[in-house]
Amino acid sequence: MIRHAKAGILFRHGLRRVSFLICLGIGGALFSATLIRFAPGYGVQERELDPRWSAKSVEALRQEQVLHEGLASFYFHYLSALAHGDLGESESLKRPVRELLAQRFPLTGSAIVRGLGVAWLAATLLASLGLASRGWFYEASGTAVSSLLLSLPSAVIAMLAVHLRAPTFCAISVVVFPRLHRYMRSLLLRSYDQPHVLAARARGLGGVSIFWRHVLPLATPPLFALLGVSFAIAFGAAIPIEALCDSPGLGQLAWQAALSRDLPLIVNVTLIVCLVMLAANALADLAGRAFAGDTQ
Amino acid sequence: MIRRVCVALTLTLVLCLPPFVGADSASQPGGELHFCLRGEPKTFNPLLVEEDASEAIRYLTGGVLIRLNRQTQALEPSLAVSWKVSPDSRTIKFQLRTGLHFSDGTAFTSEDVAYTMKALMDPQLHSPTGDSFRSGEGQVEIQSPSPDTVAVTFPAPVAGLERLFDQVAILSAHSPKKEMAVLGPFYVADYAPGSSVLLRRNTNYWKKDKDGRPLPYLDSIRLDIQRNRDIEVLRFRRGEIHLINTLDAEYFDRLQKEMPTAAHDEGPGLDSEFMWFNQVPTAPLSEPKKNWFRATEFRRAISMAINRSDLSRVVFGGHAHPAFGPVSPANHFWFNSSLPVPQYDSAGALRLLAQAGFRLQDGTLRDSSGNRVEFTVITNSGNKSREQMTAMIQQDLSQIGIKVNLVTLDFPSLIERITRTYDYEACLLGLVNTDLDPNSQMNVWLSSAENHQWNPKQSKPATTWEAELDGLMHSQASATSDKKRKTDWDRVQQIVAEQQPFIYLVNKDAMSAISPAVVGSAPSVLDPHAFWNADALRLGPDAALGAQK
Amino acid sequence: MNPAQKAAAVTLCVIFALMVLATILVPAPYARQFRDIPNAGPSRAHPLGTDALGRDSLSRLLYGTRVSLLLAPAAALLSTLIAAVLGSAAGFLGGSFERIVLAATDISLALPWLFLLLTVRAMLPLDIPPMASVIIAFLMMGLLGWQASVRVICAAARGVRDSDFLLLARSSGCKPIRLLVCHVAPNLRPLFYAQFWISIPLFILTEANLSILGLGVMEPMPSWGNLLRGFEDFSAVAANPWMLVPLILLVIVVMCFQLVLPSPEVIQ
Repeated sequence: MIRHAKAGILFRHGLRRVSFLICLGIGGALFSATLIRFAPGYGVQERELDPRWSAKSVEALRQEQVLHEGLASFYFHYLSALAHGDLGESESLKRPVRELLAQRFPLTGSAIVRGLGVAWLAATLLASLGLASRGWFYEASGTAVSSLLLSLPSAVIAMLAVHLRAPTFCAISVVVFPRLHRYMRSLLLRSYDQPHVLAARARGLGGVSIFWRHVLPLATPPLFALLGVSFAIAFGAAIPIEALCDSPGLGQLAWQAALSRDLPLIVNVTLIVCLVMLAANALADLAGRAFAGDTQ
Repeated sequence: MIRRVCVALTLTLVLCLPPFVGADSASQPGGELHFCLRGEPKTFNPLLVEEDASEAIRYLTGGVLIRLNRQTQALEPSLAVSWKVSPDSRTIKFQLRTGLHFSDGTAFTSEDVAYTMKALMDPQLHSPTGDSFRSGEGQVEIQSPSPDTVAVTFPAPVAGLERLFDQVAILSAHSPKKEMAVLGPFYVADYAPGSSVLLRRNTNYWKKDKDGRPLPYLDSIRLDIQRNRDIEVLRFRRGEIHLINTLDAEYFDRLQKEMPTAAHDEGPGLDSEFMWFNQVPTAPLSEPKKNWFRATEFRRAISMAINRSDLSRVVFGGHAHPAFGPVSPANHFWFNSSLPVPQYDSAGALRLLAQAGFRLQDGTLRDSSGNRVEFTVITNSGNKSREQMTAMIQQDLSQIGIKVNLVTLDFPSLIERITRTYDYEACLLGLVNTDLDPNSQMNVWLSSAENHQWNPKQSKPATTWEAELDGLMHSQASATSDKKRKTDWDRVQQIVAEQQPFIYLVNKDAMSAISPAVVGSAPSVLDPHAFWNADALRLGPDAALGAQK
Repeated sequence: MNPAQKAAAVTLCVIFALMVLATILVPAPYARQFRDIPNAGPSRAHPLGTDALGRDSLSRLLYGTRVSLLLAPAAALLSTLIAAVLGSAAGFLGGSFERIVLAATDISLALPWLFLLLTVRAMLPLDIPPMASVIIAFLMMGLLGWQASVRVICAAARGVRDSDFLLLARSSGCKPIRLLVCHVAPNLRPLFYAQFWISIPLFILTEANLSILGLGVMEPMPSWGNLLRGFEDFSAVAANPWMLVPLILLVIVVMCFQLVLPSPEVIQ
């Protein structure tokens, strides 16, 4: 009975949280739309400089552009269309936004998932190797590599990836890995220093079994929280990397949308980016809190 | 432990591997030509084409009545076997090739030409291609007395009429596939937005080579959408793409060192880079600044104080030529060769400025009321050569005591400043010229025009020389003899050189890169430089070197 | 301080000294163009060669170091100040104020600022001197870079709120503002320092990223990010390895900042 009530509370809490997130996401998207709307160059097209256009055509082009003069009405139309699942049409690419997102999202998604996979594997490996072996070499080289990577601007990493023709996810994993490694290392270090682990070691248990039986269970809950955080990092990194590498994902789409002041596109792209980032952060938060509750 | 590490390492490696790419159909006889578009094609409708990417696709897929040979700069019959322009330059009569079919099998007749012209000249259809035919108010009349003849009559004389048909790709009046049914050498087979366009050989293409074999030789052309030029060059050097249609100067020398046969410099091209001062009377500038910019001596002095040969040597590595006027020397017929070559002369510039009341005091130039001469040049961000040119102009002008600031802006905000708010002092931009005819620059020189950048949309000419420009432009447009047009246009060039409303800086060379694997290439000064003869291109035996994925 | 930290601190000091002495050390003004020798290799007159316009690379590097190393801490100071005020107030006051601040943090963390910066940049007036544009660039970074610190500071302030000494102070009639200024803030001071120190390398990196995308410091003013723009063409770098020097310097400085930093356990 108590469990039932608890589940109910949890469910209600979750629901509130989700609706709050969605509101926040929409708020962020509308904020960025406002910024773009009032940015210089809104409603201006590069083709106006083409001397082949006659004066009449240029006038027609401009007439065509003055669509979202009132921002309030744009918001209203956008939100009511959004409620029906209609995302509008991109002004610069003349295609439905939904179609564009459907084409681009999977690419970015797969790059992020692969990038995260590689980064997690590498970070786990290096951190656990360094600690389990307790040898200074692994330790020092792991730290050196991660702090070197941490010191490289992500734009340089993206340009390197372009030069080496490495796919985008490699650049993403290179950006995520050092942050992950750092955190994971300190996490494992803390677990290793727990008294019961010390005791186990004093009894002569093998390194592997200490790691699996005592250290990992301790470190798992915060690792789950880390998963959410790392997802947010990867997503945040993917956008500039894609813009620089010119890989046809969401980042490139967002960059183009900003450059061409494409209001419908920018609203939706920021909405998606905001929602994903917020969700990842919230999940991390939730995971952290849930496990903290468990251990209590 | 070690085994686990190995498993994990293998997993990492597997995840690291690039996605498996299916084997390419490289073994087919014609092969696949591979190169990059620099932006997303906005339309596949040939009538609505306005940017480079769509234009490239129109060139490769569209069948036109008359083709401008990019090498000889002469007109050649294409879908029309012959044509005749009436003496008043209003009517053009075509004799069409018979027995041709669109890529989807629909027959080609004069009806298709009539349909295309009607659609193109529809006042509701705003397209640069259509606008270039518009010389006066009224309807276009089209007569097609038989399936292989068609006559088009315009409401007013159109100067250089037949040349304009090079841009008009004929649409099918009846095909269910609408604009996707084409008469050119290739058709659009697949389009992956944001990534690539695949063109395949049009088996119904009319042209044959001299041995009677049907053209084109190539099976397909893959066009990757690639905005980043560094990546494009990188891919060319790796042999992943076969050509670069316009190569930037900064890559030319390095490419030439590595692959001497691949890099081509055709000499000065049609494109020019120039800067101008804002002379709009309503511009939100201070009164003294407006007075400087309106003074002919000031503009001429600036022009004299810019070291153009340094610009072409340092910024473009010698792959550009100092420019004097609106017409590039590459445009053989229309270029006014009697124009004085501008000399770099900062002392002369100072003398000119002194005539206009400016004086140099302790290394700074001041106007007659003692204001320090200082202005900001804007240019579009992300264009390295323009940023560098401005930086060099900055140093050149500092020699005559003028302080120049440089601000780069992204394109939309730059255009807003130069076309709407006029909130700028000077701007450095380039003009991409695809057309040789002076008529294509009508909207630049008429004082009432939108693209009369230094002072657009004037209700009546602000200066006498602008009034003269208006008169000359109108007179050349209605003249029927090329000789008269040339005299008018020469005078326009002379006025521009005297008044310097646009300070022309350099004509960039037309450069392209073509892999040795491509057989039959003949790069030209006119665009498309590298693939203008795409129907006659072939991949050589060592194509594998170029086409590996 | 362990030896590695000492070494890092010494390196930073040396680089700072070089930066201060830039005016004496440089072979030529950073904007002066030696047009006869563009893209030259290292020589006695130009120890790091020249760039595409013939400007001396060493001078540009030293002046760029000055720009980046002076303004990144300034931006870090600004962002830490914002974070300190918002974070400690939110953590201390709790309730709906905390929720609002955290929501604002979440959302500004989630917004793709990179391309919104593009529009912010376009709004600036044209006739500002180059130095002012540099300062504005860093100011904007400072204004937009506070989110991560807010969270950390807020969590710590929450801890302080529930502490015994604060209860004591409150029960003896201390007003909230006074509590915040005299009791909460001093307790969080080490955290503020740590956050400030962490932010410096982050802002150095951010400036580099923005300049590479063309949104940072404007030419002809050099900064590390501007100097790294040459990296777009890696093959040129491979042929002229001395072009790597700005990147190496940047990496060294950022690494030193990270090393000198108190360890993450202390911060979190």
